[in-house]
Amino acid sequence: MAQPKVIVVGGGLAGLMATIKIAETGTPVELFSVVPVRRSHSVCAQGGINASVNTKGEGDSPAQHFYETVLGGDFLANQELPKRMCEAAPSIIYMFDRMGVPFSRTPEGNIDFRRFGGTLFHRTAFAGSTTGQQLLYALDEQVRRYEAEGLVKKYEGWEFLSGVMDDDKTCRGITAINLVTMETRVFPADAVIIATGGCGSVFGRSTNSMICTGSAASSLYQQGAVYANGEFIQIHPTSIPADDKFRLMSEACRGEGGRVWVPRDGKPWYFLEEMYPKYGNLVPRDVASRAIHKVVHDMGLGVDGEPVVYLDLSQLDSKKVTQKLGGIVEIYEKFVGDDPRKVPMRIFPGMHYSMGGMWIDDNHMTNIPGLFAAGEVDYQYHGANRLGANSLLSCVFGGMVSGPEAVKYAKGLSRHTTDMPQEIYDRELKRQKEYNSRVLKMDGKENAHVLHKELGDIMTKNVTIERHNDRLKETDTKILELMERWNNIGVEDESSWANGELVFVREFYNMLQLARVIVVGALARDESRGAHYKPAFPDRNDKDWLKTTKATYTANGPKLDYEPVNIKYHEPKLRNYA
Amino acid sequence: MSKVIRLKVKRRDNPNQAPFWEEFEIPYRPRMNVISVLMEIQRNPKNAKGETVRPVHWESSCLEEVCGSCTMVINGKARQACSALIDHLEQPVTVEPMSKFPIIRDLQVDRSAMFNTLKKVKAWIPLDGSHNLGPGPKMSPELANERYEFSKCMTCGCCCEACPQFKLDGPFMGAFSFGQVHYFNEHPTGKMQEDQRLDAVMDIGGLVDCGNAQNCVAACPKGIPLANAIAELGWDTTKRAFKKLFDE
Ligand SMILES: Cc1cc2nc3c(=O)[nH]c(=O)nc-3n(C[C@H](O)[C@H](O)[C@H](O)COP(=O)(O)OP(=O)(O)OC[C@H]3O[C@@H](n4cnc5c(N)ncnc54)[C@H](O)[C@@H]3O)c2cc1C
Ligand code: SF4
Ligand code: SF4
Ligand code: FES
Repeated sequence: MAQPKVIVVGGGLAGLMATIKIAETGTPVELFSVVPVRRSHSVCAQGGINASVNTKGEGDSPAQHFYETVLGGDFLANQELPKRMCEAAPSIIYMFDRMGVPFSRTPEGNIDFRRFGGTLFHRTAFAGSTTGQQLLYALDEQVRRYEAEGLVKKYEGWEFLSGVMDDDKTCRGITAINLVTMETRVFPADAVIIATGGCGSVFGRSTNSMICTGSAASSLYQQGAVYANGEFIQIHPTSIPADDKFRLMSEACRGEGGRVWVPRDGKPWYFLEEMYPKYGNLVPRDVASRAIHKVVHDMGLGVDGEPVVYLDLSQLDSKKVTQKLGGIVEIYEKFVGDDPRKVPMRIFPGMHYSMGGMWIDDNHMTNIPGLFAAGEVDYQYHGANRLGANSLLSCVFGGMVSGPEAVKYAKGLSRHTTDMPQEIYDRELKRQKEYNSRVLKMDGKENAHVLHKELGDIMTKNVTIERHNDRLKETDTKILELMERWNNIGVEDESSWANGELVFVREFYNMLQLARVIVVGALARDESRGAHYKPAFPDRNDKDWLKTTKATYTANGPKLDYEPVNIKYHEPKLRNYA
Repeated sequence: MSKVIRLKVKRRDNPNQAPFWEEFEIPYRPRMNVISVLMEIQRNPKNAKGETVRPVHWESSCLEEVCGSCTMVINGKARQACSALIDHLEQPVTVEPMSKFPIIRDLQVDRSAMFNTLKKVKAWIPLDGSHNLGPGPKMSPELANERYEFSKCMTCGCCCEACPQFKLDGPFMGAFSFGQVHYFNEHPTGKMQEDQRLDAVMDIGGLVDCGNAQNCVAACPKGIPLANAIAELGWDTTKRAFKKLFDE
């Protein structure tokens, strides 16, 4: 039998891990990424990666990690994969250790662990304040080694456009566009793994990188892939809003005595302290986010009329602030230019992470045979809410599962891509080239970037912290309006060389489609669970809603179906951190 | 008149076109950086003369000065556009692409030479496999911290842009690669391949061409101790050269 051909789209932690696992079986891999993989979004993660190694002898265990992951996700996660993930976690940390990641160390020379949200154990391994960067680099280096050996071929600077489906709706390859030469090409494969990360751009500005558009997932959704639990979006309560993005600001500030306030009647109003006298500024993340949302959007008390509140360290001893929060204070100084020891920081909750994503089975295969997904782009592992430092873990583990599964699937095929009629490739390529020509000819009045801002603004306002059915309906109407106006975009650049506008107009259309999945899913789910909070339905409702949302594309919008959650190890209990 | 930001961009549509300067005036808002100004131009692509122009093309991703994508020359210095605050820059702000890498379009250049160099110096640990073989070697917190400083290199190219020896299409490898060689040679497992890495930096375009002017050190936005790496590698390569001499 000929070597199977496997394609991996995305070179973040998930895609690189899958690539390594495939290359280790001697199978060649073609790896696609919009940026050089070493610049993927995983580079942003600061906090760390979870594994119950029990270095501190606290009695921590993978079983405990698993339970807390399920509890943190408000019981919406299917329990099979998270269980296996938590069991594999210690060996994943050891693998990175052998790869040379400069983890912070204990005096004995072991890997050090720290505490993170949602647990009482020291379970988070970290490399200074740039853990994601170090993990990504370690995998990137191993992949470069396989590249030097000829087993991995990288297509960096290529953007995935669509899957190639044969007449049996089986995935047989992809189409992609070279972002410099603008060449659009078809790449046959026996199996394809999508590891394209999150979808922050659907919300305009978020804590995500610019390249987290969700475009690949949306394109496949429009080709028949099911998108699951799209409505579950994690919001980080304290980020630094700016014109270009929301930058994460650590919770440690409040831990060290930072106070949150807005000016009211010319005086500081410490609203968290007043609303929650017991916990004050240290209420849990979701509670803090909701209170800020209320003060700004319902009471109109944002600083200078903007969606901003103050996080104030200036009343604290400045020496102590430098000593305890030095690195964090530096980030603020670098990107805002003010000294938090002297002036209050301007912060606001920001879209951070998508728990939802492409539907996959326990082998990481989507509903389309031959099409796999791993990383933030899949929906497994985190249920309704993700615990801090669990995402890097799920990305790596997802890569470890999907890689070998894709090889196994490809080897088991009775008909390989080489047996396929050329017609299936030609027709998809033709469809994509026609789409490109159409976009290049668009000469309407609308500016795609202005429309994108409108999408981001309404999604951020209505579909993040608090969800009301009337506002969700209004948002859906607005998205439909933007889809209409999309047709009237004018593309100011007709060149056939490094044309970012062409690519953006296509990505933006995909964002609009994905936005509908998120909004329609949220509208239907009349309960509050994890990150999804509806004041009109403030409680979790297991009787009606302990189920996974599955969105299927139709010309009239997303069609929603539901499937039961696998709860075979832990029965749902009330989630309560009080 | 309300305040404006004046931005001059060195542009060209493709490598075959001669570069030209184009000026933009963008309404001032507090706390903008160079990226948010470029984004504003995307939303309203008009130059200072009021002519509609093609939006400026550039590369960026993380916007947190950690991925290295958005490096460009701003007011004469290579740095990251995402952390270049307008309020701290003299106007008009000039932005141009780095000159030591092949141009693609406007502010985007092709830095694949840097990634190829990482291949050449074998910037990796030779792993037996990703299966479970237990933890790696124990390591003192001191060594871990020392290595950590080098691990933050984001392949941004500032050190190359500032280096008198690094030339467009020239063979010089660049200071970042010396940092990476040092980083891997310091690791107990990586050390097993030390000789191969040293041989790579003793090859054409390697350490001997370094004039030790240390422009790279001043240019590195991550404060990577490149001078230490260069000094230690100088010593290690000398030892290696002697060893090779006697082995022959
Ligand atoms: C600021 C911040 C801090 C975080 N901190 C932590 C933390 O401390 N701990 C933790 O566990 N998690 C953290 N997270 C979450 C975590 O970083 C991400 O969920 C994770 O890195 C996603 O990895 P990934 O492999 O799925 O995708 P990414 O790393 O996002 O990679 C996606 C890849 O796909 C490619 N791609 C995308 N679209 C296309 C396309 N159309 N065609 C071709 N290629 C494409 C990209 O080029 C890239 O290579 C943090 C997130 C943020 C935003
Ligand atoms: S020391 Fe000077 S010559 Fe050597 S790499 Fe640095 S800048 Fe270049
Ligand atoms: S050594 Fe510094 S300047 Fe050079 S590429 Fe690395 S981070 Fe950039
Ligand atoms: S965009 Fe990543 S360094 Fe600026």
